[in-house]
Amino acid sequence: MAQLTYREAVAAGIAQEMERDERVVFLGEDVADAGGVFKATVGLLERFGPKRVRNTPISEQAIVGAAMGAAMTGLRPIAEIMFSDFLAVCWDMIANEIAKARYMSAGQIALPLVIRTANGAGSRFGAQHSQSVENWAMSVPGLKVVAPSTAADAKGLLAAAVRDPDPVIFFEHKALYASKGEVPDGELVDRLGTAKVLREGSDVTLVALAAMVPRALEAAQRLEQEERISATVIDLRSLVPLDTRTLQAETAKTGRLYTVEENPRLCGWGAEIASIAAEEWFYELDGPIIRITTPHVPLPAADALEDNILPTVQRIVETVRRTAG
Amino acid sequence: MTTRTNAATFGAAGPNDDIDRPTRLSLYRSLLEVRLLEKRAYDLFLQNLVKGTSHLSLGQEAVASGFAVAMRPDDYTYCTYRGHAHTLARGAPMVGVLGELLGRKCGLMGGKGGSMHLTSVPHGAMGSYAIVGAHLPVAAGAAWSAQYRGTDQVAVCFFGDGTTNIGAFHEALNLAAVWKLPVIFVCENNLYMEYTPIRSVTAVERPAADRAQAYGLEPIEIDGNDADVVYRAARESIARARAGHGPSLIEAKTYRTSGHSRADPAKYRPPGELDEWLERDPISLYRKRLLELGFDEPSLRSIESAVQRAVDEATEAAKASPPSPLEVIERDVWVDGGSSWRN
Repeated sequence: MAQLTYREAVAAGIAQEMERDERVVFLGEDVADAGGVFKATVGLLERFGPKRVRNTPISEQAIVGAAMGAAMTGLRPIAEIMFSDFLAVCWDMIANEIAKARYMSAGQIALPLVIRTANGAGSRFGAQHSQSVENWAMSVPGLKVVAPSTAADAKGLLAAAVRDPDPVIFFEHKALYASKGEVPDGELVDRLGTAKVLREGSDVTLVALAAMVPRALEAAQRLEQEERISATVIDLRSLVPLDTRTLQAETAKTGRLYTVEENPRLCGWGAEIASIAAEEWFYELDGPIIRITTPHVPLPAADALEDNILPTVQRIVETVRRTAG
Repeated sequence: MTTRTNAATFGAAGPNDDIDRPTRLSLYRSLLEVRLLEKRAYDLFLQNLVKGTSHLSLGQEAVASGFAVAMRPDDYTYCTYRGHAHTLARGAPMVGVLGELLGRKCGLMGGKGGSMHLTSVPHGAMGSYAIVGAHLPVAAGAAWSAQYRGTDQVAVCFFGDGTTNIGAFHEALNLAAVWKLPVIFVCENNLYMEYTPIRSVTAVERPAADRAQAYGLEPIEIDGNDADVVYRAARESIARARAGHGPSLIEAKTYRTSGHSRADPAKYRPPGELDEWLERDPISLYRKRLLELGFDEPSLRSIESAVQRAVDEATEAAKASPPSPLEVIERDVWVDGGSSWRN
């Protein structure tokens, strides 16, 4: 076991796959010499050379489009879009082209590619560099959507995404890049579509993703100590495929389901989970499904505002206390 | 802005002995296949057998045929929603094309793509892209892949004049030039961006050629109605790309003699314009050329009737094919064949 930061684990995941498979190539803005603006790709250029680690112009459509063209002709590209907000600049490529090519061609085209991007708030960057847009990707048929919360998952799920034969949008969280965690030595390959139960409780089930996972864990601890409410915490890890079996099993044990979502309220990923739960597990629920989300507003920049707009540990604790009786 | 043209190096009628006779016959056959099949497609619209929209290349066939004949089977074609011609010219079966237009099981994609998305990967037809400009970066990516794998394949990317004003055009041209990618960007300038004259919405006279220098490329403008000229330009630009000299941007002047789409009667044309272009119809032009070069009338007629027969047979086969079966609806979202998003 090694202690790695989340950003080191991302680089280790890319390196592991580039080492294993020559078809894996990597492109993006500032990714080569500079090692990425979040330093998540440091050392890759030195190790794999400029033919496989390529700097691009500020041209998101060209980055993602080139990844698509390369993927359909035998390579397994990893494309970096610096901030997930910029997915909007190349959304045509992602939503209209990449997501649909296999279906429209009746299976003639395969697109084994990964689009990595830095998602989420916490850096005081304001409304165009802080969004959580995982629900955008989740709403488009044909995309797999992954968002790790730990260093080990960043490496293992990234490796799984690269080996997956379909397009994967891989959301790394800006606020987690500096976090440290144990990462198993040697080759690490996880499985997409598997949620992880991080803590087992008996009263409520909290489902979280990415940077909301450590908050849900901390909230669970406080609920235990302060309120004697015992909470299960599930790290969803992947929105598509969605591990509904784990969600159902863990919801059935407690009878209460809470989602902790960084994306804004309307059509956030928790809405889909709530809808599935209401349709399919209604009689296993002992109370309403509660969604704890960022309010439906653009993200403000000032630290005091940003700190309070996301679901905080305090808000999770209060919401559960108020509703779990 | 330069007004230099490249007639001398790119294409224009030379001594006429630089293209061998079998190649000329291939060009003529390809032109006819595209023309006769698209005329049939139009008839099928009128019979209400083809639903949805459709964009024909009537009058523009020489661009598709001139390039396709110059390409190697393992080269890649990327084209637009006006893509019947390019897909056919690469060798996709007529019955698959007509079947796709008719929404039949025998369609190239079993009816899941339709007229605007014809794809035949085994023939190097890597897709028809219906969002203007989207496929330019994709073609650059395929060229990058060929460069990386060291295969000396090239990608040829066809698009209309209207595409030169969308952002993806610029991003793809710049990336292809910076990375020296083996890709040829071919602008089919048919004078109209849908219903609007291209010159009324474009800052330069020649929408593609006048932009070439912005990417360090040579401005190239050719006669897109002359299959020999197109073939020569294709041969040269493909050779350049294969040799590692990077991309080309070619503006082929042509004219679509039908409307933008099925719904367009093309009333925006000034009087006389259509007739002028019909006089330079690529198929009659080429037929005349072949006769001048000593090909005999009976052999041309036998090609013409063979192609007509092939179109008739493909039409009957496509009509006889059952409609797309409903079980394909949830197939082929993922490589495992399914569409499951949960366990």
